[in-house]
Amino acid sequence: MQTALLIEQILNGLQFGVMLFLMAAGLTLIFGVMGVINLAHGSLYMLGAFACAAVAAATGSFWLGLVASLAAAAAAGAIVELLVIRRLYDRDHLDQVLATFALILIFSEGTRWLFGSFPLYLDIPPLLSGAVDLPGGARYQLYRLAIIVVGIAVAIGLYLLIAKTRLGMRIRAGESDREMIAALGVDIRTLYTIVFALGAALAGLAGAMVGALQSVQVGMGEPVLILAFVVIVIGGIGSIKGALVGAALVGLVDTLGRFLLPLSFSFFLGPSQGATVGAALASMLIYVVMALILAFRPRGLFQAST
Amino acid sequence: MKKAMVAGLFGLAVSAPGVALAEPIKVGMITTLSGGGAGLGLDVRDGFLLAIKQSVNKDIEVIVEDDTMKPELAVQIADKMIQSEKVDILTGIIWSNLAMAVVPNAVAQGKFYLSPNAGPSALAGAKCNENYFNVAWQNDNLHEAMGNYANTAGYKKSFILAPNYPAGTDALTGYKRFYKGELAGELYTKLGQTDYAAEIAQVRASGADSVYIFLPGGMGIAFMKQYAQSGVGIPVLGPGFSFDQDVLGAIGDAAIGVKNTSQWSKDLDNPANKTFVETFQAEYGRLPSLYASQGYDTANLILSAAAKASVQDADAFRAALKAADFKSVRGDFKFGNNNHPIQDIYVREVVKEGDVLTNKIIGVSLEDHQDAYAKECKM
Repeated sequence: MQTALLIEQILNGLQFGVMLFLMAAGLTLIFGVMGVINLAHGSLYMLGAFACAAVAAATGSFWLGLVASLAAAAAAGAIVELLVIRRLYDRDHLDQVLATFALILIFSEGTRWLFGSFPLYLDIPPLLSGAVDLPGGARYQLYRLAIIVVGIAVAIGLYLLIAKTRLGMRIRAGESDREMIAALGVDIRTLYTIVFALGAALAGLAGAMVGALQSVQVGMGEPVLILAFVVIVIGGIGSIKGALVGAALVGLVDTLGRFLLPLSFSFFLGPSQGATVGAALASMLIYVVMALILAFRPRGLFQAST
Repeated sequence: MKKAMVAGLFGLAVSAPGVALAEPIKVGMITTLSGGGAGLGLDVRDGFLLAIKQSVNKDIEVIVEDDTMKPELAVQIADKMIQSEKVDILTGIIWSNLAMAVVPNAVAQGKFYLSPNAGPSALAGAKCNENYFNVAWQNDNLHEAMGNYANTAGYKKSFILAPNYPAGTDALTGYKRFYKGELAGELYTKLGQTDYAAEIAQVRASGADSVYIFLPGGMGIAFMKQYAQSGVGIPVLGPGFSFDQDVLGAIGDAAIGVKNTSQWSKDLDNPANKTFVETFQAEYGRLPSLYASQGYDTANLILSAAAKASVQDADAFRAALKAADFKSVRGDFKFGNNNHPIQDIYVREVVKEGDVLTNKIIGVSLEDHQDAYAKECKM
């Protein structure tokens, strides 16, 4: 029974990590290629969830909702890049933070204006509901397994895109020398819009998949955004590989910490006290890990080649 | 100009019997209208304004401001309302931490504060104040009622779960105060956490016969959806906050059958409640939640006091408030020595009526229940 519980918790950690990876990949891509800190990334995540919930409610199909979330987030990303972010490339990070923070407020209140203040309903598609038996006697929710699979597929897809395609080559070139690639005649403005829309679509996908597990409401993106920043700082800002490793690390440390710390503190503090102290420590744990990693590798685990 | 207004008011007072002292009252409402907790504030506001609209007394002015769930902003708004807007009464705060930041200061300046939602234990016990009235409940109340219900329902091994913040620890303390069985586990989660896979796995492994959760707002929605999917199937118990009209739609069918405790329910059989539920639905196009009922009661309490005394005469007005001479939508209602309610707390069950998820009463858990801190209050 205890091994089954442990297996289940490790899978939970992986699933959480995969979800963080979808967020962090877009964030780190945008930072790596364009040098922009995009605080509004959490809003795109929220947008994906709302688009999925609205379309699923109207059509009755989660899958159409999923498509809608990708389309809505990518479109919103492209529009935001064209209207706002484009003007920020030459500014310093403080201006970018200020402008993208304003975008958070605009997206939040705009969503409230459209959908109201009460949370929306979005459920798991019937095809993926229920639990499956795993070796070792564990039972695991099918939908969460599906999230892990999607996340791994996205990671492989991103690797192929960046390592093997012409677009990926340009993205890498844009990362290492912006002026040079523009001078070589590559349409850098379109490239930026595409990268931004791609990052936004990944956030929207994460939002829609998680929205079915959690509650679809205004402000759901910001807590995830903070964790996504932790992930890219641990992984090395600008590195997709770093985002993957960082996300898995944060997901596992957070989940196992929440599970094991209260348990171990209960041994010598008693159940009630142990639960409180353990929970308090568990919520700090990923930041402790981040501080330790930065102490030894100040630029993260996989420093991007800049 | 001023004379004309006084004359007008006088005319109104004469023409509307029952509003003998039509002294204008200015009410400042500080509540949460944006961010993740906005649903609660909206319901309190809408319930409050509905009662004001229905009243014959047209001399009540209400100013509403959004605190965005931030204590420092709530304090600023309160200062502005007291000093430049010169309000007589403050109300509206949803969250205990905001109430703790605003209430002691406001009542120290001689203003009345009527709480439509938050009831932190500190303000019910030693720090109670004659100008602070709680029209909702003391924070522990609904949890105590559920602990009591767990005994009658024969649960002997509860797994209990709440966010790690003052109202969360209060909640589990309240549950344990009445619950007599043993605990299969006790967990505190991060405030605002939305993924409960790790906790649900522990519930499954613990061998519990019931799960008690206090997870307000989005946290509860997330937990219930994930819990239903996990197939654990142990009965869930909770306070009404996680299972009221504001969140039921988002939880969906996963909530059906859950027992929860509340001082109010839509199907409470009294004339005031029938009018309230009907008119609320007609006015806003949705069913009221317990938060809306609390806002509605708060406004009616103010109206009842205004009919008896002038707010300028603080002692008379305070006595009129304390008498609680209004038709509460929850039926019987009176204040204890610490100005907190003594009231029945019901057990409800989530049911589906047509397409709509809602609650129906299945019994009374605690009758004429008073909070545990009242005796520490020297009033």
